Amino acid sequence: MRYIGKQEIEDIAVGAALLGTGGGGDPYIGKLMALQAIEEFGPIKLLDVDEVPDDALVVPSGMMGAPTVMIEKAPSGEEAIGAFKSLEEYLGKEVYATMPIEAGGLNSLLPFALAARLGLPVVDVDGMGRAFPELQMVTFYLDGVSATPLVIADEKGNTSLLKTINNVWAERIARTSTIEMGGSVMMAIYPMNGRNLKESGIHHILALEEQIGKAIRLAKQEGKAPIKEILQLTNGHELFKGKVIDVNRKTETGFARGTATLEGLDSNLGQELELKFQNEHLIAKTKERVLCVTPDLIAVLDAETGLPVTTEGLRYGARCVVIGMPCDPKWRTEKGIKTCGPGYFGYDVDYRPVEELVLEGVKTIG
Amino acid sequence: MANYRIGIDVGGTHTDAVILDANYQVVTETKSPTTEDVSTGIYQAMRKVISHVNIPLEDIRYAMLGTTHCTNAIVERKRLNSVAVIRIGAPATLAVKPLIGVPDDLKDHLGKFVYLVRGGNEFDGREITSLDEDEIYKIAHEVKGLVDSVAITSVFSPVSPKHEERAAEIIKEVLGEEIAVSLSSEIGSVGLLERENATILNAAVVNVAKATADGFVNALNEEGIHAKVFFGQNDGTLMSIDYAVKYPIFTVACGPTNSLRGASYLTGYSDALVIDVGGTTTDIGILVNSFPRESSLSVEIGGARTNFRMPDLVSIGLGGGTIVRIQDNGEIKIGPDSVGYQLPEKGMVFGGDTLTTTDVIVALGKAEIGDPTLVKDLDKELLKKIYAQMVEQVEVAIDKIKTSAEPMPVILVGGGSILLPDQLEGASTVLRPENFGVANAIGAAIAQVSGQIEKVFSLDEMGREKTLQLAKDMAFEEAVKAGADPDQLNIVDIEDVPLAYLPGNATRIRIKAAGNLAEVLDGAGV
Repeated sequence: MRYIGKQEIEDIAVGAALLGTGGGGDPYIGKLMALQAIEEFGPIKLLDVDEVPDDALVVPSGMMGAPTVMIEKAPSGEEAIGAFKSLEEYLGKEVYATMPIEAGGLNSLLPFALAARLGLPVVDVDGMGRAFPELQMVTFYLDGVSATPLVIADEKGNTSLLKTINNVWAERIARTSTIEMGGSVMMAIYPMNGRNLKESGIHHILALEEQIGKAIRLAKQEGKAPIKEILQLTNGHELFKGKVIDVNRKTETGFARGTATLEGLDSNLGQELELKFQNEHLIAKTKERVLCVTPDLIAVLDAETGLPVTTEGLRYGARCVVIGMPCDPKWRTEKGIKTCGPGYFGYDVDYRPVEELVLEGVKTIG
Repeated sequence: MANYRIGIDVGGTHTDAVILDANYQVVTETKSPTTEDVSTGIYQAMRKVISHVNIPLEDIRYAMLGTTHCTNAIVERKRLNSVAVIRIGAPATLAVKPLIGVPDDLKDHLGKFVYLVRGGNEFDGREITSLDEDEIYKIAHEVKGLVDSVAITSVFSPVSPKHEERAAEIIKEVLGEEIAVSLSSEIGSVGLLERENATILNAAVVNVAKATADGFVNALNEEGIHAKVFFGQNDGTLMSIDYAVKYPIFTVACGPTNSLRGASYLTGYSDALVIDVGGTTTDIGILVNSFPRESSLSVEIGGARTNFRMPDLVSIGLGGGTIVRIQDNGEIKIGPDSVGYQLPEKGMVFGGDTLTTTDVIVALGKAEIGDPTLVKDLDKELLKKIYAQMVEQVEVAIDKIKTSAEPMPVILVGGGSILLPDQLEGASTVLRPENFGVANAIGAAIAQVSGQIEKVFSLDEMGREKTLQLAKDMAFEEAVKAGADPDQLNIVDIEDVPLAYLPGNATRIRIKAAGNLAEVLDGAGV
C-alpha cells in the first residue's frame, strides 16, 4: 500500500496516454479531476492486488459516452457515490475498492478522482493493460466475469442499474440511456471479488504507467529522448523511425478508422511503414513484413520528446518513433485473440507475438 | 479625395510602421525599437512614419494597430482587472473547478472571486437545470465595488447561450451598465475549461485594452490626426475600438497573422507558406484563401490552456541576432538565444564580439551589413557548415507545418529573412516581395473586418441547407457589427464537423465572413 499524490498523477497521465496506443481519450480532464480531488481530500491510497481480501467487492469505474460531451459538461464528482450505493444495495455488500477498467487514456485517471471523494482505495490493476473501444474487450470477460450488474449515473442524481443477459445487451441499453442522461455518464461495471481480480486482472499496470511518465519527465529535464527507458520498462521494441507522409482517415460506424504512412529516417531510410488504426493503433507493417499486431501494443512517440502521439495527432511531417510492446499473456489465448485480435477489427492478418516478428526481421536482414 | 492609412505592428524587437495610400500602395515604411512599455514605442513609430511623408495629416483616415499589450499583460501578470468568475453548470462540472490547471501566480490574480451556480445546458440544448437567478443576484451584490470585470461561462453555451445572457442582464442590473461582462459563448467553442480560461483572460485585460486604445487615439490627436482606429486580431482581420475593448483576447498573436496577411497582399498569393524571420525567432505559417490556417490544438496563453482560434504556427529560435556557438566537441549550436535589438552593438560586423547568424551571412558574402572586413578571417568551411545547418532548421520546420509532400510557394518576410537562400527544400518557388521587412505593418494596414460564429446546430431541425444559411447570416451580422461594409461581404471560411456519438445530427459549424471597411464619412472621428 502506498499513497498517490499530485506528482504521481502527473506521471500516470503521461503513461496512460502512451498505453492508450493512440486512442482512449485525452487523459487531461481525468488528470485535473484527480488533482482537484487530492487537493480537497488528500492523497489517495493505492493497493497492490495481493492486499485485497479474496471475498472483498471491487468495482471498476470510468466514463461512458462521448468524450466531446465530457470535456464540456465535466462530472460533478458525486455521480459515483450514487452508482456505488445502488450496486451495494443490489449486491448486499459494501464496495471495498475501485480500479480502472482500462489503463489507457482518460479512464485510467477517473477512478482516482472517484476514490478520493468516496474515501476508497484504488487497486493497481486493470482489465486491458492498454485501451480498447468495447465493453467486452477486458480480461475479466475472457474468464467469464459478467459486465453486469452495472450502474450508470449522471450529475443530476439519476442512476440506472442494468442486469442483462449478456454484454452486447449491456452495451446497447447503456448507450441509449447515456444519451438521455446527457451524453456522458459515470459507470460502475464488472463488479467482482478479490479472487476474480487476482486471477483475471492485469497487475501493476498503474505502477508501470507511473514509471513511464517519470522516465519521460526526467528525460525532458535532461534534454534527452526517453525511448530506450520506455522500451526497457515495457519489454518493447523499436519498430521504425520515420516521418508521417500521409494520413488517410474515414469515420465509419463511430470509429476513427484509417491508415498512416511513414517514410523511414536514419536506420530506416528508404523504407515505408504502414500504420492501421481504429481509435487505437492496431497494425504496423512495412511492404515486406508485419511488425506488430493487436492485441500487442503499438505506440507512436514524438522523436524529440518521447511523448505519445494520438491517432488524431498524426499529421504530415510529424517525426516519430513507432514502438511495439507485448500485451499481457491473457490476450494471447485463442479467446483473447478472437476478442480483440486483427480478425475482430476486420483485418486479414494473423496474430503473431511482436517479439517473434522482430526476431524474424533481424534474421532476414542478418 | 485623398485618403491614407497608417499600419503599426509591434514585434519582439522592432515596432514597424507604414503609410499606405488609397490604393493600398506603400508611401513610406519605418522601423523603431520596441520599448518595454510597448506604448512609447508605438507613439515613436507613429511620429517617425508621419515625419517621413509630406501629406496633409487630416487625410490619414484610418490607423490600424497590431499590438502585444494584452499578451504582455497576461504573461507578466500586470495591470490585470479584478475579475469575478462565474460558472453556470452545477451540479455538473464541480469535479473540475474554474482555473484548475492554471499556473498558481495567475490564479492568485484571477481566482479571488469564483462562483459556481446551478444551471447550464445539455449537448442538445435541454437545460441541465434552470438557472439559479437568486444566486446570481447574491453574487452581484457581493462583488459590487470589488471587481471591475465579470467572466461568465455556462455549460454548452455554444449550443444555447441563454443562461449566460440572463446572468449578464442581472449583473448589469446590479452593478450598472458600465461593468465589463465577458460571455464565453462569444469567445470560444466547445471545451468548458479552455473556453472558460479564454473568457477569464479576456475579462482580465479589458482595462489594458481600453488604456491602449485611449492612449493611441490621444497620441494621434496630438499630432492632428483624427483617424478611425482599429485593432488587429489574431485571425487577420480588424476590430473597431468598441469591439476590441469587449474582446481584447482576440488581439493575442495578431503579429504573426499580420505578417501572413501582409505577405499574401504583397505577392498576390492566396495559398502559400510564409516564413517571417525577425530578430529572435522565425515563425512559419500557412495561408489558405489569403487567411492564416488556424490551429486545431489547444493553445496556452501565459500558461493557461485555451481553445479559441489561433493561427497555426511553427516557431524556431532563429533570427538575425541569433547567437552561434561552436562547442568543445566541434558541434555547432545555433541559438535559441539572440542578442535581439542589441545586434548593432554585439554583432561582429558591428565591432562586437558575439558571433551571430547575421555575421555568418555577411562573412559568406550573402549580405552586406556593417563592416565585412571584421569577419573576413573566419573559417569559411566552418561558416558554410553553420549556414547549411541554419537552412536545414528552417527546412525541417517547413516540412512540419505542411500538410502534404507537394512543394508549395514560399514567401519570405521580416527583417531577418535575408538569412535565407532563394531555394528551399519543399518550396516550389521562393518569393521576396518588395517591402518584405515591414510585411506585418502592411498586413495590419490592409486588413479587412470580419465576423465569425461557431456553434453546435442540430441539422434535423431545419435541414443542412437552411442551417448553413442561418449560420452565414449570423456571421454576416457579426462582420457588420465589427465595422464591415454590408454590401461587400464574403464568406472566407466554412467548417462543419459532425459530432460523434450524438443524435439529432448535431454538427459544429464555424463560419467566418469578412469584408472591406465601411466608408468613413468625412470628418468622422472616433
